[in-house]
This record gives sequence, C-alpha cells and structure tokens, in this order.
Amino acid sequence: MKSQKKPASPGYRLYELLSSMRFAIGLLTILSIASVIGTVLKQNEAYPNYAFEFGQFWFKAFEYLGLYDVYHSAWFLTILAFLVISTTLCIVRNGPAFIRDMKGFREKAAEGSLKAMKHSRELAVPLGEAQAVALIQQRGMRYKRSERDDGSIVLAAKKGSGSKLGYFFAHIAMVVICIGGLMDGNLPLKIGELTGSIVPETRELPQGQIPQQSRLGANNLSFRGSVTVVENKSADVIFLNSGKGYLVQELPFIVTLKKFHVDYYSNGMPKLFASDIVVTDKASGKETPATVKVNHPLIVDGVAIYQASFGDGGSPLQLKAWNLAQPQSSASEIKGVSLNSQPLRVNGQDYQLEFGDLRVFNIENMGKREADGKTLQQRMHDVREVKQDTKNLKNVGPSITYKLRDSHGQAREFHHYMAPMEQEGALYQIAGVRSEVAQPFQYLRIPLDDELKVDSFMRLQAALKNPALYDEIARRTTAKAMQGAAISPAMEKQFGDSVKWILARFGEGGFVALEKFLDARVPADKRQAIAQTYIKILQGAVIDVMAVAQEKAGLKPWPQDEKHYRFLLDGLVTVSAFNDYAAPLYLELQGFEQVQSSGLQMTRSPGKNLVYLGSLMLVIGIILMFYVREVRLWLVLRAGSVRVAMSSNRHNRDLDEDFDKIVGALSPRAGDA
Amino acid sequence: MELLMQQPFYKRLNLGDWLFALFIAVVTGYTFSLYGSRMDIYEDLILLGSGAGIVALGWFWGSWRWFFPLAGAMSLLAIELYDHNLARASESFGLKYLLSSQSSFMWMCTLFFLATGVYWAGLLSRSALLNRIGSGLTWAASAFALAGLFTRWYESYLIAPDVGRIPVSNLYEVFILFCLITALMYLYYEAKFAARQLGAFVLLVITAAVGFILWYTFDRQAHTIQPLIPALQSWWMKIHVPANFVGYGAFALSAMLGVAQLLSRRGILTDKLPKADVIDEMMYKAISVGFLFFTIATILGAMWAADAWGGYWSWDPKETWALIVWLNYAAWLHVRLVKGWRGEPLAWWAVIGLLVTTFAFIGVNMFLSGLHSYGSL
Repeated sequence: MKSQKKPASPGYRLYELLSSMRFAIGLLTILSIASVIGTVLKQNEAYPNYAFEFGQFWFKAFEYLGLYDVYHSAWFLTILAFLVISTTLCIVRNGPAFIRDMKGFREKAAEGSLKAMKHSRELAVPLGEAQAVALIQQRGMRYKRSERDDGSIVLAAKKGSGSKLGYFFAHIAMVVICIGGLMDGNLPLKIGELTGSIVPETRELPQGQIPQQSRLGANNLSFRGSVTVVENKSADVIFLNSGKGYLVQELPFIVTLKKFHVDYYSNGMPKLFASDIVVTDKASGKETPATVKVNHPLIVDGVAIYQASFGDGGSPLQLKAWNLAQPQSSASEIKGVSLNSQPLRVNGQDYQLEFGDLRVFNIENMGKREADGKTLQQRMHDVREVKQDTKNLKNVGPSITYKLRDSHGQAREFHHYMAPMEQEGALYQIAGVRSEVAQPFQYLRIPLDDELKVDSFMRLQAALKNPALYDEIARRTTAKAMQGAAISPAMEKQFGDSVKWILARFGEGGFVALEKFLDARVPADKRQAIAQTYIKILQGAVIDVMAVAQEKAGLKPWPQDEKHYRFLLDGLVTVSAFNDYAAPLYLELQGFEQVQSSGLQMTRSPGKNLVYLGSLMLVIGIILMFYVREVRLWLVLRAGSVRVAMSSNRHNRDLDEDFDKIVGALSPRAGDA
Repeated sequence: MELLMQQPFYKRLNLGDWLFALFIAVVTGYTFSLYGSRMDIYEDLILLGSGAGIVALGWFWGSWRWFFPLAGAMSLLAIELYDHNLARASESFGLKYLLSSQSSFMWMCTLFFLATGVYWAGLLSRSALLNRIGSGLTWAASAFALAGLFTRWYESYLIAPDVGRIPVSNLYEVFILFCLITALMYLYYEAKFAARQLGAFVLLVITAAVGFILWYTFDRQAHTIQPLIPALQSWWMKIHVPANFVGYGAFALSAMLGVAQLLSRRGILTDKLPKADVIDEMMYKAISVGFLFFTIATILGAMWAADAWGGYWSWDPKETWALIVWLNYAAWLHVRLVKGWRGEPLAWWAVIGLLVTTFAFIGVNMFLSGLHSYGSL
C-alpha cells in the first residue's frame, strides 16, 4: 500500500501531538490525578513523621517520588510545563486561522457551500440591496459586499467575533497564570539545592550561626516563610521550609513586636488576633508602626506581613515546689521562665526542668451534647429556636507544661492548671502527667481547702505517708470505734493493728497496694467483703489522719461536716493516684508575667499581579466564549430571489429561531405583521 | 419587518422592566437614607452594586421581579416582628411558626420534600398540572430559603452586635444556600426550555441536601449561630462563597439532567421526558454557567487566600480539589465544544462530575485536613 501523502516529519508529528486536543485532555486528566496525591498525603510535614508513619522502606520510596511535596516535585512541574507548552502550541497552531476567521466575512463563499449549510433557503421574493442592508444593520451585524460573476450580489454579514477573541483570552490566560505561578514558585531554590549552592540547614542552631550556604539574600525575588517574634524583641530574617531542613531568608527590614492581642467573643471563641509591630527599614532607618491582623496584612517593600500564629514567648514564672518524696518537708519557691530549661536538684538527684508553654487562656468545651436523651418534641422545639451555639466554651484559666528529665535522660511531662476548677460542686486543682508524648495526659484532681489551697491536701498526704503518726491515728480511730460500739473491747488491740497495717499499705502504694495484697493472700470469694472492710476502716481513719496532721502543724481542727468529709474522701483517691504521678516534685503555678510571641508569615510574590491579570483574562475569555454567539448571515441577492444562509459557532436552538425569524420576515406577507 | 428589529439593549426593555428598576432604585435609595451616614465608601459601592445586580437579574429573568421582592418582604416582616428582641422568636406566632430563620428553613425542607413527590407524580402520570404544582412548591421553598437566610443575617446581629455576620460561613448555612441556588437555577431553565418534567430529577439532589440539613440540625445542633473566627472575617467571603455555590448548584443540576438524559436515551421514561437533545442542551448550559462562576469563585478564593493565608495558592486540599473540579469541567467543555461530543458520554461524565464536585464540597471537609477546616462536620 502506498500512501498518497508524503509522511510528515517526526518534528511536525511531535508538534501536532503536543498541540492536539487529546494531548491537552490527557494532561488535564493526569494533572487532576497527580493533584489528588497531595491532598491525601499531608504535605510538608517534618520528615521523621513520615518515616514513623510509613516505615523506612516506603518512606524512602515516597521520598524518591517527591510525594512529601508533590506540587513542587520535578515530575509535577514537568506536567505543568507540558500543559503550558501544549496550550501555547495550541494557540500557535489555531491562532492564525482564528484571526483570519475573525477578520474575514467569507463574502466569497461559493454558492455550493452556502447551499449545503444546515440553515439555508432560497426564497422566491425580490429583495432590494438597500432593504437587505437595513435588515443586516438592524440586527447589529457588520457586513461586506461582493459581486459575483453572474451579477448576483452577496452580502456577507456577521456579529459576535468576540467569541473567537475569548479563545485567545482564555488560553493565553492559562499561560500567563502559569508563568506568574512559576515566578512565585520555589524553582530557583530547587535548582540551587540541586547544584549545591544552597544547602538547607537541618540542625537547630541560633540564627546567627547558620552558615552562609543556608542563607538567602534580601534581594531574593520571591519567598514565603515565617518567623516567631517575642514581645519587645525583633527579627530581621524569616525561615523557609525546605524539605528536610530550613533556609534563612534575610529581610530588608527589622520587625519588632510591641504587643500581641487576642480578643474573645462572649462564648469563648476567638475574635481577634493582632500584632502591634514596628517595621524599621535597614537602609533608611525609617520606622513604620502598624497593626497586623488576620485578613489584614501589612505590605512593606513588596513584602507582605501576615498574622499567622501566636504562642507563649517565654514568660517568667513563680512556682511552689512540693517535695513528694519527703512530704513532711515544707514547700519551696522556684522561679523559672516558660520555654526555657534549668537544672534542678531534688533529694540528691540531678534533674533538668524543661518548661513548655504557658497558656494563659484555655478555652474548654464544658457543655454536654444537648441532643442526648431528648424527646422528639423537645428536639422539634430546639430546632425552631434561634440561638447562639450551645457549646459551653469556658476559659479555665492559665496552664503550664513542663518536663522533668532525670540524669538518664528519661522525662515525664506535666500539665498543670493554675486556677481552681469546679467539678461536681467542689473545687480542685487539676494536674496531668504522661510519660510519652504520644499519650494523652492522665489527670488527677487535688481537692482544695477552705483557703482554695492545696496545702491541706499536702498535709493529709504527708500524714498518710508518715509511719510515725500511725500509732496516734490508730489509737484515735480505735477509740472512736469503741465509743460507737462498732467493736468489742476484746477486739481493741487487733483493730488498732489493722488500722496501722492498712495505713501502712495505703501509704506505700494506695488502693492498688491493698488490692494486690488481697489478690495474693485472700481467697477470691472473700475478697469483696474484706475490701469493703478495709475501705470502711480507711474512710473512718482518714478523719483522724487529718486531725493529727492539723495538730502537728499547730492548726485548729477541721469541722466535721459533709464538705470536709468529701475533701478527705477525695483526698484518699488523689493520694492513691499520686503513686502513678511518679515524680519527685509537684510544681504549683503561683504567678507569671505573660510574654507572648507572634508568628508572622512573610511573602514576596512578584508573580501575583501576573496571576491576577491572567485570572481576569480567563474570566473575560470564558464569558466571551460562552456568551457571545458568533453568527454569520449571507444574503445572495438575485433578480427575483434571495438565498438566506446562516451559520453559528454553536448549533443550537437559538440559531434555529433566528433563521426562522429571518426567513419568516422575508417571506411574502410577513411584512404586514 | 418589525420582528427583525434587533434594537439596542435599552430600547428592548418594557414598562415592567423599568418599573422594577424604579422600585429597586427607590428601595436602595431608602436604605441609603436610613444607613448612609454610617457607611463607608466601600459599603456605598456594595449597596449600589447590589441594587444594580438585582435590577440586572430582574431584567434578565422575569420571575426574579416578583421572587426577590417577595423574599425581601418576608424577611422584612420577620424583622418587624422581631422588633429588636431575639426573645420574640418564641413569643410571636408569625416568627415561631413561619418566619424566624429556623422556621423558614424547616418550611423550606418540607416544601422541597413535597415538591419532589409532586414532581415525580407529575412525571409518571404526565400531568402538567402536577408539574405546575411542583414548580409552585419549589418556588415557595426557595422563597423561604432566601427569606430565612436574610432573617438569619438579622438574627445574628440580635444575638450580639459582634456576632452578626452574613449566613454563608458554615456547612449548615451553605447547604441551605446550595438548595436555594440549585432550585433557582433549575426554575430558570425549566421555564426557558419548558421542561417541567425534569423537576423530578433535579429535586432529588436537593432532597438529598435537605436530608443532610435535617440530620445536621437534629443530630448535631448545627443550626446555632456562631460568630466568625478571625480567618473568616473578610468581605471576600460574601462573594467567594455564593459564587462557589452557583458553581456547585449548576454542576449538581447538570448531573441530574445527565441522569434524566441517560434514562431517556435508554428507553426508560423516554416518552415522559423532554427530548434527549433538549436535556443535553440544558446540561451544557448549566455546566457553562457553573464553570464561569466556579472560575470566578476560585479566583476570588485565591485573592482572599492572598490576604488571609499569605499566598494566593497554597495547594491546600480544598484549593486542590477545586482545581480538580475545574479541570474536570474544562475537559468536559473542550470535548463538547471542540470535539463535538454529544449525548451519552457527556451525560455520564456530568454524573461522575457530581461525585468529584461532592467530594470537593463535603468530602474534603470530612476526610482531609487543611486550611478550610471551618467547614468541617
């Protein structure tokens, strides 16, 4: 078989492929699918997180494929580049014909092709040229006149050439947007990293010590990074995330944070995050004071400064330290600064005390779900009601986290609230502990005394753990039992010993120690009853424990009422729970001076205006393409007859209607209407 | 030769058009006289723009001329009944059972359910009357939806002045917006193409949304009004969200038309539905409108993101899925306009497009985390 046509050169075939529709559609599809990956897999996390999640093998594989930053990976950018090439070639390929088409009236159209049009008819009515021109002009069309050899006159009219213009707008827009995006992308950084001129820093270093190879000059055209500034401190660099590490971007100015503000709505939701900053130009020394809020960035020198986050900036703290290993000793004062660490010596052991965040506001959802246990009628009523959210958000006051790290490097983390919290009608101090970061905190609640202090509880705990007091306590408890005739005189000694024994077990290990003893020594069927007895004795003895503790401290005895008894019962539970707290110290937050920090994001994106220009062109292009209908009309005027032919870039009912109207109007008697 | 006259735009307007414009102008002027002293230049422009937009929509679409004033009157009546006191919501009969935003929305839900049933009955029995009733119910539901949104806007200010905000800021509110916009777009095409039989299909997707609204209300108490977090305190929201929902509504509409078309082409209900080609054209029209608005919404979103998040494009999951939806319909329009595809393949594609769109709309909020987290379930 011989081909009639000369085979096209490979270059031309490639050009044809790249500019073809199916290639473009294929690219759109691939781009869509590739984009999905980045939404499913969280992007730009710290690398260790990925390694932990996927295991070493898949971590490496995904890293190789660039899946942790899909949208900046080489292959993704290649797809985008092909899309730009494809669109450009499409414009190049179709553009000239489209422009010709836009300009031309096709007044030389052959009779045969006019006849072949779907909307074409020969009408046996005479039509003068003036009439025909009027008809065309009434429809807002432009026309061109031409005479054929046979003497007939062709009036070729058209309107709506903007539709073709829309094609140009929309497709050039795509190229413009991609170029704008590329200008703001991190391509230069990637190239720098590949060639080795830029090396991301992976260590935690003070800013000043970061080597030059990880620093970018202030003349860098485009960047997007952030920095945390503490109140009354300044920053003149920002940090850019870069794969495994980070880069330092020098700024042309210095940003000083004067004050950070948070406002809340009455229901506890945040209302305002704002930073009062002063921007000082490095070259001129000019100072610009401004307030940066969410949604209201400040633009200086083409760099936009955004309110991105906030936190503690290292606040001086006053704490009270209770020595849990030696509960009899009195509490001491400790000073510290949040987000800082300090050495600490407790009971001959060396520790590192590492303070975390001081959070002054802790907004907690205290409400229960209202829908539970409601009748349909109530629900119907609720649904009709107009009200603010039922979430009962409440500020539970300041909290501090800290880690206590022993000389082996083992640390436990604590989360303590400062303000008393009400639970079931009584007030407590809440303290949480955990041994691993991944675990949730286990909270214990320390009952507060009449002065809203933990001191009474600490006294109770000290007494419970002080064997020297057991004789006196047992004596009082036994005497009380004798008085109430709960035991016979013969039992006196045995009961007193039991009290002492129970106190000793409980003092050593709380309820768990008692339970362990029962499990080991008592037959299963009697455990329940004996446990009951133990608890009853403990609950009776605890009153005497407190009384002895008060006397020993030279304080007046407690009134015997329900409120104080509840304190003692809660106290037993908490003393028991403190065994799991497993710390030599209990730090009570007494006071602080809040110093906040503000996370500022800064960007320079020179491509932004190009992207916006492209976006505007895109919208104009789409409107022109979809809502401007290109209509062409030919009137071939002959002696005694006229051919009407119409075409449009879209064959739909509108063209049918238009054609029918014109034909109807030209037909005899239509003019009478 | 009168029929041929293609007059300039302003000459084509009739008395009704001018009266409507005059009415809206008077209302706008009155509003300005009431609040003008407290408005800044932007708000002046927004008021002017809104007035002009309402007039333009009325000129473009005759039904808007009574629908918008009706919804406006309903919400003004609600505001009158409230009399600056939120507690009146449970005292005033008119508010409690009809016009408070929550009552309006419950009426909307009820009427949409009824409309769905009636449309199906009309379709199956080929009853023009039932279809007309279906239309009427859909109009009524839409009126309650729009009036309810306006009223809710006012109610938010009654809760506390600083709580007040436009009701397009959480999933509950945008679902109502979705129902409203989808219904209105359908009503427009229904009249234009004389295709009332399609209501049965389009109302199905609205019913699904209504079902979600009810679950969200009864099980999650999502109807309570919350103030705006700082990230949402932006006037971009007022245009970004509605524009987006014109897009979502149009895509949902086109998918349901796709379903109708597929059935019709397979001989199911063929004699009861409009011609498949007509449905095909409606589908195309809906997608082209949706595509335009979705493009605008995405661009507005990018401009907002540039103000709020420090970059016009962050490859946030919501943004990325918006791009995927956009690419999907861009490809759809290309094969239709350039390759000349028609009929079944495109109908299938439109139906699948709804799945993609739904994921971008709700799925992203449910399954993926990101910057758009305020829309979470």
